[in-house]
Amino acid sequence: MARLGEVVLKVRSKNAGPFWLTLDVFCGSPEVYATVAAGLASARVAALFATPEAVVRRFDLPDLAVIKFSLPRPVVQGSRGDRDMHGAQWAVLLAEAELD
Amino acid sequence: MVTRVLVPAGVLGLGFDAAALARGVAARPDIICIDGGSTDSGPYALGAGQSKYSRSATKSEWRALMRARAEAGVPLVIGTAGTCGTDATVDWMGQITAELAAELGQSLRVARLYSSQPAGRVIDAWAAGRLHPLVPAPEISAARIAALSNIVALAGAEQIQAALATGAQIVIAGRTTDTATIAALPLARGEPAGAVWHGAKIAECGALCSTNPTSGVIVVTFDADGFTVEPMAEDACCTPHSVSAHMLYENADPFVLHEPGGQLDVRGASYRALDDRRVRVEGSRWLPGRYTVKLEGAALAGYQTTILALLRDPHYVAHACAWVARLQGYLAAQIALRMGLDPAAYGLEFRLIGRDAALGALENRAGAAVEVGVLGIVTAATQELASEIGKLINPFVLHYPLTDSEELPTFAFPFSPATTDRGALYEFALNHVMELDDPMSAFRLTVSEVGDGAAG
Repeated sequence: MARLGEVVLKVRSKNAGPFWLTLDVFCGSPEVYATVAAGLASARVAALFATPEAVVRRFDLPDLAVIKFSLPRPVVQGSRGDRDMHGAQWAVLLAEAELD
Repeated sequence: MVTRVLVPAGVLGLGFDAAALARGVAARPDIICIDGGSTDSGPYALGAGQSKYSRSATKSEWRALMRARAEAGVPLVIGTAGTCGTDATVDWMGQITAELAAELGQSLRVARLYSSQPAGRVIDAWAAGRLHPLVPAPEISAARIAALSNIVALAGAEQIQAALATGAQIVIAGRTTDTATIAALPLARGEPAGAVWHGAKIAECGALCSTNPTSGVIVVTFDADGFTVEPMAEDACCTPHSVSAHMLYENADPFVLHEPGGQLDVRGASYRALDDRRVRVEGSRWLPGRYTVKLEGAALAGYQTTILALLRDPHYVAHACAWVARLQGYLAAQIALRMGLDPAAYGLEFRLIGRDAALGALENRAGAAVEVGVLGIVTAATQELASEIGKLINPFVLHYPLTDSEELPTFAFPFSPATTDRGALYEFALNHVMELDDPMSAFRLTVSEVGDGAAG
């Protein structure tokens, strides 16, 4: 199957404050949105970030053709173990995930 | 009534389009509002009580905005002055403002809103059950709160309204919510709260809600039925998509925004193009609630020294993980032997740039790297100790072999000295809200006259 980043317009991640990470999948069209909404389970996202699925918040926004995931930051921003102050490179992990 | 807010940019220090600003002033705004900070660069600014932007960039942009204010004849407000919005950075911004007032020949009343919190107030609130954790919240105790290097509370619209009510032409606010400065005047003039908070959220990053984000300047117009947003750069457009998509940005929840005294719910909002550059938004709701202010706090978490070595030798590039694991064990033994330090007394971490330095344990790809950067990070209780450990490990990071049976390698050090003292490491230590009976009870307001003819 295709990787997510190959079928959508853009996958973006950013901090949502120091304690949360938010990932936006811009699908670009209703067709791609339908494919992604069906082929990207929240459990997959939770596994990618080694996070319990129960804490992953998912928002399906058909009007924008966007699927959004928010989860507690894998490491609190700026703490000793943090590797990515702005959280923007985590998007690549999601973009490289294969669709079901 | 109609209230027009000019937002020159998402933050002071990143620049804006001068022609767009001039068009914004010509649009006859009722107030000019800009944000001065964010937690987005990490805990250092708050920990140290410093601006992350240069003084010269800040001053040159503030000069343009002070001129725009004089021309428009309306108040100019900056929120979260100096990146973190501590009392020290409010005063830093105040000093810049006083210098500019003198240079520009302006005579001004300046209000300063202070958001720093004495630890005692926060400890009292915690003991009284008036501090509520958000998810996820760090563990706190009275001792932990007392040890924080800085605590700020995020002011809302009420505190900015109090500052404007002094008749100040310029308001320099400490930590505020991203939206508070924009929301304050429209709310005071009776515009509907749902539209005001939603419009403030859309405009708080300046032209990021348009098709030309770097142009900066946005005007948002509030009225009894909603708000209209329009970019001021000639080549920028707001579309229903660019505006509605902004609710996604740096927001965990794209529909609900918590503010002091309630929350915004945009699930019922409609976004409509008025023409090819303006967007009309209606239907946002404000749900009043308990009056709480969010707290931010930073704690000192040690001092750091780093070292960077580059592996280009294919033998070492291919076996970088095994090499660094062996090196790490050797260094722990050397530090114990020569300094008498148990590994629990310091931190020593190596990140392999070219393998998994960005994602760490979450990395699931591996490729054939040409070279690998070895970033060593020492963390210790004092800078002296971190620096001493850095010097101790330096020769081994340079020469340590993969096995005992091969000759000593020499890797590439880009710097002399090889180590860099990073100074203090801070960490965010609060994710809590504090209940207030009176919005001003946790904030201080002072007013001064600056510039030509000002006393003192």
